[in-house]
Amino acid sequence: MAEEHGRKWDRCLADSARTGFGVGVVFSRVSFHTRIASLCRPNVARCVGSGMGLGMGYSNCQHDFRSPYLLHGHMVKVDQFSW
Amino acid sequence: GMDVKRICFTSLSLQKCLCGNGAAQPMQSCRRYTSAGDSGSVAGKIVAASLLTVGGGVGGTILYAKWDPKFRAAVEKGVPYSDQLFEMTIGPPPPPPVIPLPKKPVKVEPLQISSVSEASKDSKQPQQMKEKKVAKEEKPPVQQEAPPLPQTIEGENTVVLLFSSEFMQRFSSVQWSHAHVGVSTAEECKECEHEAHAHVVKERPEEVVSARLAAQDRCFNAMLHQTEHVKFLKTTFLDDTLGSSAKLTLQAIGAQEAALSAIANHTSKLKEAMDAEGPSDKTSAQWRSLEDALNERSRAADEAGAALLKAKEELEKLRKVINAAKDSKIDAARPQILAAEENLHSMVVDLDRAVGKVQTAQMEAKIVSQYSELVNEAKAQFQKELDSITPEIQANWKGLTGKLSPDDLNSLIAHAHRRIDQLNRELAEQRVREQIHIEAALDQQRLENQKTLDKAVGTAISHSREQMRLEQEKKIEDVREVMEAEMRTQLRRQAAAHTDHLRDVLKVQEQELRAEAQEVLSSKLMEQETNYRRVTQDQLDAFTLDMNAAYARLKGIEEAIDSHVVAEEEARKAHQLWLSVEALTYSLKTAVADSPTEPLETAAKAVRESCADNEFAVALASALPEESLSRGIYSEASLRARFYQIRGLVRRVAMINETRNSLYQYFLSYLQSVLLFEPEQLAPPTKLKPEDLDTFKLLSYATYSIERGDLELAAKFINQLTGEPRRVAQDWLKEARLTLETRQVVNLLSAYANAVGLGTTQAP
Repeated sequence: MAEEHGRKWDRCLADSARTGFGVGVVFSRVSFHTRIASLCRPNVARCVGSGMGLGMGYSNCQHDFRSPYLLHGHMVKVDQFSW
Repeated sequence: GMDVKRICFTSLSLQKCLCGNGAAQPMQSCRRYTSAGDSGSVAGKIVAASLLTVGGGVGGTILYAKWDPKFRAAVEKGVPYSDQLFEMTIGPPPPPPVIPLPKKPVKVEPLQISSVSEASKDSKQPQQMKEKKVAKEEKPPVQQEAPPLPQTIEGENTVVLLFSSEFMQRFSSVQWSHAHVGVSTAEECKECEHEAHAHVVKERPEEVVSARLAAQDRCFNAMLHQTEHVKFLKTTFLDDTLGSSAKLTLQAIGAQEAALSAIANHTSKLKEAMDAEGPSDKTSAQWRSLEDALNERSRAADEAGAALLKAKEELEKLRKVINAAKDSKIDAARPQILAAEENLHSMVVDLDRAVGKVQTAQMEAKIVSQYSELVNEAKAQFQKELDSITPEIQANWKGLTGKLSPDDLNSLIAHAHRRIDQLNRELAEQRVREQIHIEAALDQQRLENQKTLDKAVGTAISHSREQMRLEQEKKIEDVREVMEAEMRTQLRRQAAAHTDHLRDVLKVQEQELRAEAQEVLSSKLMEQETNYRRVTQDQLDAFTLDMNAAYARLKGIEEAIDSHVVAEEEARKAHQLWLSVEALTYSLKTAVADSPTEPLETAAKAVRESCADNEFAVALASALPEESLSRGIYSEASLRARFYQIRGLVRRVAMINETRNSLYQYFLSYLQSVLLFEPEQLAPPTKLKPEDLDTFKLLSYATYSIERGDLELAAKFINQLTGEPRRVAQDWLKEARLTLETRQVVNLLSAYANAVGLGTTQAP
């Protein structure tokens, strides 16, 4: 369980980072191409985006920590010929 | 070392050794030598050493061969000329041990059944000898013999042959031919015996009968033997005399015949001379021949007389012998005697006949001579008268033919006339006295005739009497023979009957004896059998007793063994259990660092198997947690290590529970853990108070326990955690629980195994 805890934390951080950056990047990109470009400088956009992302990540983490018994499943491809 | 050297020196060349070229192991020793010094001295040393070794080997072999002959034999077999060497040095090999052969059984000579043949032999011998002797004697009189002679002799033989037993007839004529005169009787006997033996062996069943017959014949023959002997002698004597008499008789007869012929000759010559009035020289020759004839006749007459005498003597002798033989009263010789008598008689008859012939011839001759004398006398008278009348005439008949004068003639005629007258007168006178003379002559003649008649009649009578007597005797003899033959046949029949009777009796006896013997045998057998049965029964009983005892013991032993086996089994099981438990215990120790132990499945299975029939153990074994079986459990050390990790984590999430579980709280908790310092180890109280249920305290207690090795207490304390720390420590707790459980079970099992082992193990 401790490992799980650690894993959770890893996931959390990773997710947060990912989502943060990802959202940020996407937001920045999107905002760059849309008309709301006036108020959105790339950095700002990225910050906003990453902020949003981080926030999303945070809440995800929290949710994840709060529901400890929810398992994260992995999709495992089964080789069809290896019975 | 020595052997190696020998091998080296004998099997390989010296050069190789010297050069050290040989790669094989034995060459190492050579190399040592080569490496030692220069080759010359080494070669010399090698040669010397080799010689020494060879000599030593040979000497040793010889000595050992002297001591052990088997070794010597083996060496001789293997090495070609070693036997010579051995012989030279040690000497000849020892002789092989003599095994005394069992003596050959002495040949049992076949029993010789000789008596029969012997008996027959005896009876045969004199026959044969007699036969031969008679054959010899037969030879001389054979030429001019009187017919009955050989027949009688042969008849004699046949009779004698017939006399012998039938058994004789079985022998082939070969035996007769074998028997030569002059062959020793012993040889004959042997021959005959062998023949007899052979015959005997072949014809055994008939032998019994014939043996009996022969036994009887033996009696005859025994009797006969003596009589035969005597008879033999007698008969030979008889035969001798017979032969001699026959000879002499023949001689006499011959002489008589000769005399007869001489007389006849003389008479005829005389007649011729009388009748012939021829020339004087012829007459003188005639007279001379006449004289010769006369001489001849006289001589022959004398001879005849002498022969006659001799013959008569001999015949007398023969008669005496015959009488003697007759007196001895040997029945069997009778025919011979009879034959001899007959011969005698015939001889006598012939002799008499011849004598009679001679006598008649003589008488005739006498008459003729008388007549010739008369004629001569008359002639002489006439001549004398003539001379007296005519004295001048020479009495020369030759001159008479033409020289006579008429006077002489006249005187001669006158004389002749006178003579004629005289003669007429005498004739007349004679005629007158004729009758008287004739009567006288007739009387005389009658007398003489009577005499001769009487004599002849007497002789004829005697002859005929003799003949009749002989015939009678012969008849008697024949009858006797016939009777004898009949008696013999009857006796033989009796013998055969006796034999049959004996055979029957013997058969009966045999059967009786057989039955008796069988009875005895069966009784003995029965006895033996009962004895045997008793003995075997005893043996069986004893054996059964022994067997029972043995069986009982065996059973006891088996029981003991079984119980032992059971106990052993128990012990084994206990040991096995203990071993498996130990294995299990050991497998608990196989946890390496942080990896769990190997799965306890196998060990647990072993344990289960080793205590299959023990419920407690089985229950215990099955009480092992699944995880430990499949995955194994962590060692205490690893748990301890892990605990520290958990501890840190637990400290960090100490504030989080179901209600306070936001990230901010997480942060706060983390802060708390950083800022809060509690003693790492706190000795846990014996009683827990509610304020002791603080996370950190609990952790301290648990640390303390774990440091002291008390996992259980630590686990207990950890179990008291709540909220997130509990969740975090959950797996550790699980592991700890698993380990504790397993350990507990193992300990129990071990204790149980120990207890069981202690129970089963017996102190020596």
